[in-house]
Amino acid sequence: MSYILEQKQLDEIEQILDENLIDLGVHSVMLIDMAGNIVVDRNSGNSGPDIYSLAALAAGNYGAMNAMANIVGEDEFSLLFHKGEKANIHFSKVLSDYLLVTIFGKEVSLGFLRLKVAEVITKIGDLLPAQ
Amino acid sequence: MAFVNLKKKEVQAKIVYYGPGRGGKTSNLEFIYNRIRHKMQNEMVTIKTHGDRTLFFDFLPLNIGTIKGYSIRTQLYTVPGQVKYNATRRLVLRGVDGIVFVADSMAVRREKNISSLKNLEENLIAYQKDLYKIPIVMQYNKRDLGKKGVPLLSFAEMEKDLNSKLKAPSFGASAMTGHDVVATLKKAIQITMISLKRTLM
Ligand SMILES: Nc1nc2c(ncn2[C@@H]2O[C@H](COP(=O)(O)OP(=O)(O)OP(=O)(O)O)[C@@H](O)[C@H]2O)c(=O)[nH]1
Ligand SMILES: [Mg+2]
Repeated sequence: MSYILEQKQLDEIEQILDENLIDLGVHSVMLIDMAGNIVVDRNSGNSGPDIYSLAALAAGNYGAMNAMANIVGEDEFSLLFHKGEKANIHFSKVLSDYLLVTIFGKEVSLGFLRLKVAEVITKIGDLLPAQ
Repeated sequence: MAFVNLKKKEVQAKIVYYGPGRGGKTSNLEFIYNRIRHKMQNEMVTIKTHGDRTLFFDFLPLNIGTIKGYSIRTQLYTVPGQVKYNATRRLVLRGVDGIVFVADSMAVRREKNISSLKNLEENLIAYQKDLYKIPIVMQYNKRDLGKKGVPLLSFAEMEKDLNSKLKAPSFGASAMTGHDVVATLKKAIQITMISLKRTLM
């Protein structure tokens, strides 16, 4: 079993991520699926992180967080965010099968980022195949 | 579930090493990693306990070249084999495309192999997947221990215990010496790609 994305869909998703997140100063953003595959990754040009490892860990981490939410009686946690000295990381589910992982620094506030991420999710949701 | 990127002409597929605790899943990946590390920019990811047991998973991305003009990326994972880690083991199986089942050839591990295979079947059902339909390769690991006088299950006994109904390709191997570690992986990639082929054509 597999799912396919065409050039046109991928171009559109890239453009949405660039205009709404990268252009605002986000370091890097990637759209992955829950298996840990990378659908799209965009970054601000500085040498990006090891994206394949990051995707595997993000998918695993998200799955673990969700399982923990269920144990404490929640459907899911609405905010998944880790704060660092120079870099912060934010996770957000897209449809039920994808995850948007955003890495950003001090220049971007969490509140603003969440707003933008919510917009992005609405826009790219229509372009992605349900699995 | 594999992802086909028509823009990059790239396929990403997930192969998971499954099997009982201490069977040699991590050792398989370490052997492969040591073979190819000179070509890799990234390090292998491992999430271990201090006692070297896998706590969550190991991860090794592998670029294996092109098939029909598509560059193929297989992401190799191991699960934690210890019974108590079933919640994380199940998470690692999400979206799996192919499986290497690493069984332990030591005679004392016979029951552990059988129950791990049963556990795999149950965890696949949780994702609406069928053990009998998913691409899978059996590896009977630690064959090297026979020479050291450790009582081993014979190849035929292991086939009967684990593979009589599945009839999957199987290898006697040693993740310690590396014997047939690469052959196991190649077979797993091959059958995984065959099952994905319809999407590629
Ligand atoms: N002699 C021998 N020892 C092996 C072989 N494969 C693994 N071992 C040893 O068996 C032990 C367990 O190996 P691991 O690769 O950590 O096993 P695992 O399946 O990843 O175990 P978990 O992470 O707990 O599920 C280690 O001490 C390895 O050195 C083999 O082919 N021959
Ligand atoms: Mg291990």
